[in-house]
Amino acid sequence: MFMFVIRRLLVSIMVVLASVTLVFFILNVLPGNPAEMMLGPNATPETLQNLNESLGLNKSLLVQYFDYMRGFLKGDLGESFITKKPVIDQLLAQLPATLSLAGASIAIAVILGMVLGVLSAVYQNKAIDYVVRMISLFSISMPTFWLGILLILIFSVHLQWLPAIGNGSLRQLILPACCLGIASAGSLSRLVRNSVLEVLNEQFVVTLRAKGLPEKLVLCKHVLRNALIPTVTMIGIVAGELLSGAVVTETVFSRQGIGRVVVEAIMQKDIPLVQAAILIAAIFYIIVNLLVDISYTYIDPRIRSKH
Amino acid sequence: MKPLLEVKELSVDFYKHGNAINVIDKVNLRINSGEIVCMIGESGSGKTITSLSIMRLIDFNSGKITHGDIELSGVSLVTLTKQEISVLRGKKIAMIFQEPMSALDPVFTIGDQIVEVLIRHTNLTKPAAREQAITLLQRVGIPEPEVRMKQYPYELSGGMRQRAMIAIALACEPELLIADEPTTALDVTIQAQILNLLKEIRDEFNMSILFITHDLGIAAEIADRIVVMYAGKVIEQAAVHELFEQPFHPYTSGLLQSVVTMDSDRTEKLFTINGSIPSLSELPTGCRFHPRCAYATDRCRSEEPELVSQSGREAACWNIEKLLHEPQQQVEPKRIIAADRAIAASFEHEQKQRLPLLEVRAIKKYFSIEQGLFKQNKKLIHAVDDVSFQIGKGETFGLVGESGCGKSTLGRVLLQLEQATSGQVLFEGKDVLRAPAGEWKSSRRDIQFVFQDPYGSINPRWKVGDIIGEPLWVHESLKGQAKRQKVVEVMELVGLNPAAYDRLPHEFSGGQRQRISIARAIALKPKFIVADEAVSALDVSVQSQIVNLMQELQGQLDLSYLFIAHGLNIVRHISDRIGVMYLGKLVEIATTDELFAHPAHHYTKALLAAIPLPDPTRRKTFLPLQGEMPSPANPPTGCRFHTRCTAATDLCKKIEPALQRIGPGHLAACHYPA
Ligand code: SF4
Ligand code: SF4
Repeated sequence: MFMFVIRRLLVSIMVVLASVTLVFFILNVLPGNPAEMMLGPNATPETLQNLNESLGLNKSLLVQYFDYMRGFLKGDLGESFITKKPVIDQLLAQLPATLSLAGASIAIAVILGMVLGVLSAVYQNKAIDYVVRMISLFSISMPTFWLGILLILIFSVHLQWLPAIGNGSLRQLILPACCLGIASAGSLSRLVRNSVLEVLNEQFVVTLRAKGLPEKLVLCKHVLRNALIPTVTMIGIVAGELLSGAVVTETVFSRQGIGRVVVEAIMQKDIPLVQAAILIAAIFYIIVNLLVDISYTYIDPRIRSKH
Repeated sequence: MKPLLEVKELSVDFYKHGNAINVIDKVNLRINSGEIVCMIGESGSGKTITSLSIMRLIDFNSGKITHGDIELSGVSLVTLTKQEISVLRGKKIAMIFQEPMSALDPVFTIGDQIVEVLIRHTNLTKPAAREQAITLLQRVGIPEPEVRMKQYPYELSGGMRQRAMIAIALACEPELLIADEPTTALDVTIQAQILNLLKEIRDEFNMSILFITHDLGIAAEIADRIVVMYAGKVIEQAAVHELFEQPFHPYTSGLLQSVVTMDSDRTEKLFTINGSIPSLSELPTGCRFHPRCAYATDRCRSEEPELVSQSGREAACWNIEKLLHEPQQQVEPKRIIAADRAIAASFEHEQKQRLPLLEVRAIKKYFSIEQGLFKQNKKLIHAVDDVSFQIGKGETFGLVGESGCGKSTLGRVLLQLEQATSGQVLFEGKDVLRAPAGEWKSSRRDIQFVFQDPYGSINPRWKVGDIIGEPLWVHESLKGQAKRQKVVEVMELVGLNPAAYDRLPHEFSGGQRQRISIARAIALKPKFIVADEAVSALDVSVQSQIVNLMQELQGQLDLSYLFIAHGLNIVRHISDRIGVMYLGKLVEIATTDELFAHPAHHYTKALLAAIPLPDPTRRKTFLPLQGEMPSPANPPTGCRFHTRCTAATDLCKKIEPALQRIGPGHLAACHYPA
């Protein structure tokens, strides 16, 4: 088990390095010079030249890359082109807001997805199943921003139950977390439904019933644990979707957070900031997937033995 | 005496898309306490549904009891509520299944799965239940029960898993045990052990067993009484001796005749019942067996016969009398002829050996499994270890052995689906394993294959004609009309209707699909076919049809076969010579009659002794071969069989016996050949 984690960590580091490299080159081949953008259309060639030099943009791309990587390995992610402050500070300040949004929406997605999925599998082809499938279809096909606006209209404007915008209080978290979580809950519930149905068809379920176990025990202890294996994989994928969803959600609900920062940074071609933000996203994704893989080994003994 | 279980006129419907389909119709069944009743019939006859209905497990599959009653010690099970019946399940009636792997929950330990049922039905505390579970595992013959308690199903061998299943079933000492094909997925020596265990348990707990099987040999071995089912109905019921002596129903008689036994005449074609079992949605009128029955009259086509009692047994047929007056076929005297033939055959064989078509020389196939962070601990699986033999032109060479002995791997090496670790395969004198690129294709063309699962080895989205024609297209670039013409020829040869050219494989039955893969194999007129468990998944009567077909084709096309199988009776029928494998080694080779008459290696002897005989008067009295095949990752020293051999000595443990000639055409690898 320990070896497994070590090996996974090594792989993760490679993934981080690779994604940093990829992002660096993609951002740099995009059209538009950051210095030009910062100075506006009235800049003189000298000021532009000076700025380019101070930002290091006059060097060749490869040299820039090595400079960046040297900094990166020392833990220095550079300074923002715009604010001239270390990007890492800027992002860390935003991290709690985004993490709480991500955490809350994953929780909503998992709980809602599991409950709905199991319900619809157990009542396969009955009224409940149809309703659940309808809901999940809706939630999957609805764009996040639209769902956000809808939620605001209903719960803030119309019913006036919950605040629409801002961050800080728990009440302010509810709507955006729902908005982000519901979409993932939809796809999760479909997967849970399918895997529960699949497990219900397994021969060992017949054995369990033949042993006289009450149906509740068969479902909650045996079927669910077996159905969890594909579900947990899906949670890893959902976490990735959440990151992109966070950008939209934060905008719609005027929340602070990394998503918002990234959008602005991209607009302004604030390359160091974008790069650092993507790095954080990559690390988040890797951590979630590492957790997923570790939890596999607790759910499924066959996987455990392979490690 | 009141029977323990009484099923009276039980009918069950299944609902599919709102339509009711009747799956069993007025089934009657009685089991006395301490009695073993075998239920036999082909797949689709309703055996399993009947057993699931007794447990009321059909409730979960949209099945419904529409008529009749089930009484267990006088209590009707049909009217019980869900809660009431679930209290009885596992306590009064327990069940074991065919595939012990899929029948156990893969993510819980064996211990948990036994403790669970004890907690449910007894007042035991958890620690007490664990103690009890260990005792149970010990009782069913699982070594080191404490260790096994903590293991997961995938860590156990098939035989051990089935024992664990039996332990679960025994936990609450039920009155009735339902065993649904419990040994079908197991090797014959393990099967013998499990059958023995079930008999012991019956005696010890005075338990009744309803044993479902398609194997008449097993029924003869273990049953007190036999119930025969066909297309959802019970068609005959009798005590085991009576049934084997004189069947009352033409279907039973057909089943008995299609059994391939160890002393049936090999030169004759196998007996087959025409046609196949009807699907439940298109049942024939009148007697459901009439389209396949040789005794059918007009009455049979219009009126359905009831199950009637006659001298203490029951049968559902209008023409029992006719069948009874038919002269009985006698097979006994042919045995002497067979032995004479063996001598002749072995001489003939030594002649043949001068012209081998295929020569396997010292083939080894090792797989490596890696462990550790940097894959430093390499372990080798000795799947095939130094195997040599020859196959003559026009000969059928049978390869037998338990699963994991390496017989299939060897077949795959010959087909070049697996790369040999070392050794040579000469086909018509040329080494095919190291052939230059140009010749490689031609040997592929001459060596074809037929596998066990026809559905797994053909593309389900292709038309039958394209499946059969694919090799023609690959090797001869035939297309369009030219291909079609050749394919139609081949289809006729294997007994497929050429009109089926454009249909998809799923529209065919298992037997028909196996014909498709045979057609595909012979399309290029190969010289040699590797048939790996080609008939193992088929019902007995279909099995015979396919074996007959393969033999006909052999005569017509001058084919040679390597026939790999674990079903020894069939191998005996089709093979000229047989090789026996154990743990990667070829331990004995002999002509078929010689091998069956005078097995020399102790493993071969045990293997032959483990085959259940379809004759209740010749039940086994000795103990079956003990233990299981060790892991091929670390095979025992010396003779690999010494861990299980009753004749083993110190010499066997130290020195590996070489495969040497002990008679004409007879080789064995044993220090003390019998
Ligand atoms: S009733 Fe007629 S068709 Fe049916 S088994 Fe008897 S003889 Fe054959
Ligand atoms: S060599 Fe020894 S252990 Fe092996 S089969 Fe012969 S007698 Fe048994």
